[in-house]
Parts: sequence; C-alpha cells; structure tokens
Amino acid sequence: MKPAPVLAEGFPDLSGMRIAREPHWFRWLSAALIVLVLAAIGRAFAGGQIEWSYVSRFLTAKVILEGIVNTMVMAVLAMALGIFLGVVIAIMRLSPNPVLKTVAAGYTWLFRGTPLILQLLLWFNLALVFPTIGIPGLWSARAVDVMTPFLAALLGLGINQGAYTSEVMRAGMLSVDVGQYEAAQAIGMGRLRALRRVILPQAMRVVIPPLGNEFIGMVKATSLASVIQYPEVLHNAENIYYANSRVIELLIVAGLWYLLVVSILTPLQMLLERRFARGTLQFAR
Amino acid sequence: MTKPLVAIRSVAKNFGEFQALKGVSLDVWPGEVMCLIGASGSGKTTLLRCINQLAAIDSGGIWLDGELLGVREQGVRLHRLSEREIGRQRLKTGMVFQRFNLFPHKTALENITEGPLQVQGRRFDEVRAEAVELLRRVGLSAKADAYPAQLSGGQQQRVAIARALAMKPMLMLFDEPTSALDPELVGEVLAVMKELAKSGMTMMVVTHELGFAREVADRVVYMDQGAIVEQGRASDVLGAPREERTRAFLSAVI
Repeated sequence: MKPAPVLAEGFPDLSGMRIAREPHWFRWLSAALIVLVLAAIGRAFAGGQIEWSYVSRFLTAKVILEGIVNTMVMAVLAMALGIFLGVVIAIMRLSPNPVLKTVAAGYTWLFRGTPLILQLLLWFNLALVFPTIGIPGLWSARAVDVMTPFLAALLGLGINQGAYTSEVMRAGMLSVDVGQYEAAQAIGMGRLRALRRVILPQAMRVVIPPLGNEFIGMVKATSLASVIQYPEVLHNAENIYYANSRVIELLIVAGLWYLLVVSILTPLQMLLERRFARGTLQFAR
Repeated sequence: MTKPLVAIRSVAKNFGEFQALKGVSLDVWPGEVMCLIGASGSGKTTLLRCINQLAAIDSGGIWLDGELLGVREQGVRLHRLSEREIGRQRLKTGMVFQRFNLFPHKTALENITEGPLQVQGRRFDEVRAEAVELLRRVGLSAKADAYPAQLSGGQQQRVAIARALAMKPMLMLFDEPTSALDPELVGEVLAVMKELAKSGMTMMVVTHELGFAREVADRVVYMDQGAIVEQGRASDVLGAPREERTRAFLSAVI
C-alpha cells in the first residue's frame, strides 16, 4: 500500500508525558549492606587495642610534621629529576641516532629491571665501592660524607622514576600526529625546536594523567627511603614507636598524612590538565 | 635570460620496493602556476615533498633558486647537508598540507607568528602586524584569537596558507589543499589560492580540482606511476590530451 498524505492511526501523542523515576531497589539494598559492613569494621577498630588519644596527639607532633615536609620535599625533587631524565631519555629513544637510542633503552632496562629498594641501598652504600669520589686533580671527597641519606634517596628515587617517566613521555610524543612534526619542519624548525614548541606541548595533554599517577606513586615510594635513614614521615613514625611501642597508632598517623597529601594532589592535577587542554574543543574559551 | 626557480633533474625516490618517482625532470619558472594531476600513487605528492625535503631523494638533483637541495658536491661524492642547512633551505618554500596540520595548541595568529618569531628570530610587533595583514588577506581577520578546533576546515586551510606565507617563501607548494574539505568549503580556499596566483607567486599545486587547474594554471603536468606522462597548457592537457593514459584519467575523473 502506498503511504497516505495523512498520518496513520494507532500511534498516540506522547508529548507532555514524563519518564518515570526508577526505584533502583538493588542500589538501596547494596548501599545499606556496605554501610553495615563499614559500621562493623569501625566498631571492631573502636573496641580494638588502639589508643586513639595517641593518634590525635602524634598527628601534629613536631617530628611527624617534619617528616611529612621531608616526604613532600623528596617527592617533588625526585619527581622533578624523574621528569627531566624522562624527557631527555624519551627524546633520545625517538632520535634517529642509534647510539642515543641504545643508551636510552639500556637506561630504562637497568633501572626498571631492579627493585627500587635495592637501588636506594646501592646509592646509600656507594662508599663501599668508591671510598673517595671526585674529579681527578680538581676535587675529591669521602663518599660517606657526600652520599647523605637525602642525596642517596634523591638519586635513587629520581633516576628510577626517570626510567618509568621516559616511557610515559615517549607514549605522549608518539600520540602527536606526524603531520604536526612535518608542519613544524616546513616552517624551518629543527628537530629539537619542533619537539619543544610543537610536539611536547601537545604530548603534555596526554601525559598528565599518567604523570599524576606516577607522582602519587612517588609520594608513597619515598617511604622506602626510611631504610636508608632519610627522615621522612614513616621513618619518623617508626622512631617514635620504637620508643613508646604504640606501633599501630603511629602507623595510622602516617597513613592519615599520606591520604591527606594524595587527596590534595588530585584537584591540582585537574587544574594542570585544564591548562594543557588549550585549543581542544572540550575546554575552548 | 631568466632561470627556472626550480630545476628537477632525473629525480628518483623509492619506498622499499615501491618506486614512487622514476627519474622525473621538470622546470618551474618564476611566477608560474603549475598544477600536478594524476591518480593517487602517481608520485605527485612525493615530488612536492622532495622539493620541501620532507622526503630525501635517492638519486638525481633538485635546484631551488640555483641552489642544490639537501646535498653538497664535494669531489666526486655528494654529502648530505646538516639539519640546520636543510632548515635554512626549507625557508624558501612554503608548504600547505592536505590535512592542514595547524598547531592545535596555538591560536590562528600564533600559528602564523610561530615561524617568523621562533625560526627567523624577528621582532614581535613587526611579525604581529604582518600576521594581522595576512589574516585579512585570507579573509579571517575576525578569527585571530580562535583555536584551530573552533574553525571550519576551509578556515583552517586558509590559516595554514597564511602560516606558510608568513615565512615569505619564493615558492608555494600545495598538497591536495582541498581534498579534506567538505564540498561547500572548497571554494573559499581556491579563492585565496587564485588571489595568490594573481599576485605573482610561483606555485606548485597537487590537485584534483580540474576547474581550478583550467582557470588558474599556466601549465598542467599529468603524472602516472612515478613519471611525467604529459604536460602543457591547461587547455591542451585537459582539453585535448595527446596521450592515451591522460585521456583515460580525465574521462575517469570527470
């Protein structure tokens, strides 16, 4: 049958009718269950052998505050070193020069292939290998004086981070369209200038979420530096419980500080992402 | 007697087993507008990329403004030029890409000023004034502060033309500049190119827009399988082709 010029019968007018809210029974039920479980866990801890007064007393103790400051200083400096090394290694890895490429691949292989705690111990104990270090004829010093816990932690964490960050940066640079590099070349830019002015700014948008992830990892990885006597927050908490035996209370104190720091970092990452999203439709002015 | 601005002699280029260019020779004269036509894979885009040294040729030679591109003669050998020297040679040519390739993190104006400021190291106020004038010339004065994502394809391509012109090239290379555009946006880009041709710019245009070629080109070159099959005045090559292959191509595209 050919379609008639008028609309067919049997299709009622639905305009003006609302879509009803679903009751979502299962969501309510599961939420209630989770609240119950959390309450049970909370009650168990409240009745457990934890002196909460110690937690609140040591939460703002001077030694703990110094510890969290040292943790943050180390995390920021080691991450900065890691990003610097990561960018350099990623650029070397993508270079047409086979020597640079191999050196970069070797660096990543070595520092990603061994445990971080082992690297920290090696840096800290460097004096066992080289009792004195320096530039022949110019300057020399005893390695034990130079390789302080601070320097050993910075080198260990930063160089290890560089190996991971280089892969993140490389992925970011590969995500930029080849046409961008050609367009940069076509207006006379050399490789390094094109990387700095065109490729890296666009790669940043892609690498910030994984770098934020890496930085949060770094904040917590600084706790490994407690084994080489770097006075970060976990190390200081341990020193206190060696004296007063309030082990769990002080571990909770340290844990709360880590949680606080990480909670502050997440919105900071959002701000950075916005900054580097310039020119994408999502955040266009 | 004038000399050709571009002299191409026996240029060959291979990609692995595939011979993209099989000994191409061609002259482009100052002020000439040349359209290169042919099926995809015929080597016309590769020829353009070799002139701008985005691809290095395997044999033969290309001279631009009397200067041998990419290599230096020393005794009986040729030595590849450094990246810096190649960059300097590239400044004589402007390239417009099929996919525009504007820098997405920079505004239209910043895209145009980037080269003159960063590569040529010229003064900001002077460069900015020129960029504003270039935007006016391509009809986009109102879009100076827009990011590429906020522009239509036709507008992006016009900014890309302005970006290439900002380097004050002697030769403009267009690689299928309208192929990625919606049909209703092709005209505005071709209009800018016509205006540029009228101003006396030497242009090499790889295109499928035969109407544009007929109207603007001084010479049309038909390429097939990495070689030049036929060339001559637009009316001759497009209107009365001598070669069977040209006739077959033209009847396929029209």
